[in-house]
Amino acid sequence: MTRLEIRNLSKSFGSLRLFHDVGFAVAAGETLALAGPSGGGKTILLRLIAGIMEPDEGSILIDGKDVGGVGPEARDVGVAFQNFALYPHMTAFENIASPLRARGTETARVKERVTEVAALLKIDHVLENQPRELSNGQKQRTALARALIRRPKVLLLDDPLRNVDAKLRYEMRLELPRLLAVADCAAIYVTQDYREAMGLGDLVGILRAGRFEQIAPPAEIYTRPRSVEIARLFGDPTINLLPCRPERTAEGLQVEIFGRPMPLPLHFAAAEGRDCLIGVRPEHVSVGLQNGPGSLPFELNAVTPLNVRAVLFLRDAAGTELLATCPEDDALAFGRGHHRVFVTIDTSRALLFDRENGQTLALPAAAQPLAA
Amino acid sequence: MASKISGGAVLRAAARIIVLLFFLFPIFWVFLMSFQTNQQILRIPPSIFFTPTLENYTALFSGRLQTASGSLDIAFIKNLLNSIILSSCSVLIALILGVPAAYAFARFKFRLGENIAFTLLSFRFAPPLLVLVPLVAYFQMIGLSDTYIGLIWVYQLICLPLILWIVRGYFEDISPDIEHAYRVDGHSWAKTFFKIAIPLARPGIAAAALLSFIFAWNNFVFALILASADKQPVTVGALAFVTSAGIQYGIIAAAIVLSVTPTLLLALYAQRYLVEGLSLGAVKG
Repeated sequence: MTRLEIRNLSKSFGSLRLFHDVGFAVAAGETLALAGPSGGGKTILLRLIAGIMEPDEGSILIDGKDVGGVGPEARDVGVAFQNFALYPHMTAFENIASPLRARGTETARVKERVTEVAALLKIDHVLENQPRELSNGQKQRTALARALIRRPKVLLLDDPLRNVDAKLRYEMRLELPRLLAVADCAAIYVTQDYREAMGLGDLVGILRAGRFEQIAPPAEIYTRPRSVEIARLFGDPTINLLPCRPERTAEGLQVEIFGRPMPLPLHFAAAEGRDCLIGVRPEHVSVGLQNGPGSLPFELNAVTPLNVRAVLFLRDAAGTELLATCPEDDALAFGRGHHRVFVTIDTSRALLFDRENGQTLALPAAAQPLAA
Repeated sequence: MASKISGGAVLRAAARIIVLLFFLFPIFWVFLMSFQTNQQILRIPPSIFFTPTLENYTALFSGRLQTASGSLDIAFIKNLLNSIILSSCSVLIALILGVPAAYAFARFKFRLGENIAFTLLSFRFAPPLLVLVPLVAYFQMIGLSDTYIGLIWVYQLICLPLILWIVRGYFEDISPDIEHAYRVDGHSWAKTFFKIAIPLARPGIAAAALLSFIFAWNNFVFALILASADKQPVTVGALAFVTSAGIQYGIIAAAIVLSVTPTLLLALYAQRYLVEGLSLGAVKG
């Protein structure tokens, strides 16, 4: 069931158009991760939904009801602000209890609920402290507890992990999906960290230059990015991008990369004769020590072990660089130092972008399974 | 046991002592004078050794002053009460009017907003004498001359701009997100103002109230022209001690000590609000 729906939303400040004609829907229990460069209007969008600002045009529906003109106190929205925005003159307990107090919940019930939520977020031992006595991590959890406590219909999280240290960020990234599942609300999670967006969102929305470049499940963002920018941003290590020009030959559609013609799938036919960028994910580059049919000679410059995968940094005779990944165990065979390897590229899973405007030229007919 | 004291520390301490002497010695001297007779005060050379007398204070409290040329009625205690009534009512009204106005100027952009705020500040630029003559005429016309209400109204020229501009700065320093968060929690606009904005700006409100109280207390010229004897504050009342039998220095000193006391007590009381957590650590970054 759709919990939050945004229709044709526009907002500008003077002549600066923040976004125009934006629309999306989030169901109860679903999380939309909003990613995009800073200044892209993500925070403003949250403020519009929370009722702190009013849009110029368009409507916001919560449970099917238009909340235009309804003040923030009546929208049943929970917000975790990026700067925490705790009440400095109140204890952590009173901070968290504030939404319940506003509803006139009886004292015993308030105590019970605050203790419950605080235990869930592991801040039950600091409830009597003032915000200034809390660590950043505790402040952030207090702000989160305040947003969660009254089980809002819509939960807005404005980059809540921005101001906490790396260890806590990692912990919270694991905990947040559980918390969001318990809350059972439509959640919007704003972040600048693309990995965070992929990990936390049921849907990922990329807000760029005032519009949604793409809203899709994380797997689809990865396999079928709408533009070269998105392909570049989502993926670690980043996608290999090479200039090329697909041509039709006797053997079918071909593209010349690293001085060698390679076959292209037929759905790229529209790109024939155009200046393109071919995008090859590092996991679609296989590296071996033996020369085989269709393989290219490369020099292996560096091997970076990365948990269970290794990243290989390659360079061909002309100096063009290429990234590849392989299971870490396989990387052991390459040893250390520079030496010659042979590379095969799986062009059937490549992406093709217009070199002029960065738009994806053609997508595979069906979503492909997410590369492991 | 050689304790190390750097030359810089000695110099700083010396500078501090000089500054304190410069500002506090006159007050100390006035304090001593208040316990001396006119003859003791005027002897040459002056001495800090004397037999203290309470006659200045008894004269002030009893309202009878014995001078060489006979006895004189003085209304000092009445003047002191007038000062307290005028200053505290003025500050109270300026707070009731100024704090919400300061909040509006801090939070909302509206047409001519800056101009209005600046106009209010400009009341502090103009010398009071400039407006005094027309004010007297108007006040006599509408029956406000020689009333507490009239004086308190005029004192707004002193108190309101101060409170407005000081408190506005404090409101601007509070992250609007704290107020937004409170609204989102489900609290009304008014509750947010009283439970979040006011408590957080309290040090600023205390500072502004104290300052405007002092300014109102020390005001002389408005009260001199617009009030008659029974509405006059201490600043004007002290003129009565310049008598035909000479200037009553001892009485004046005692009057100064008494009239400084309320302001001093208020400043001591407000001090804890002034230093109270300016950096409460609510928001990060």
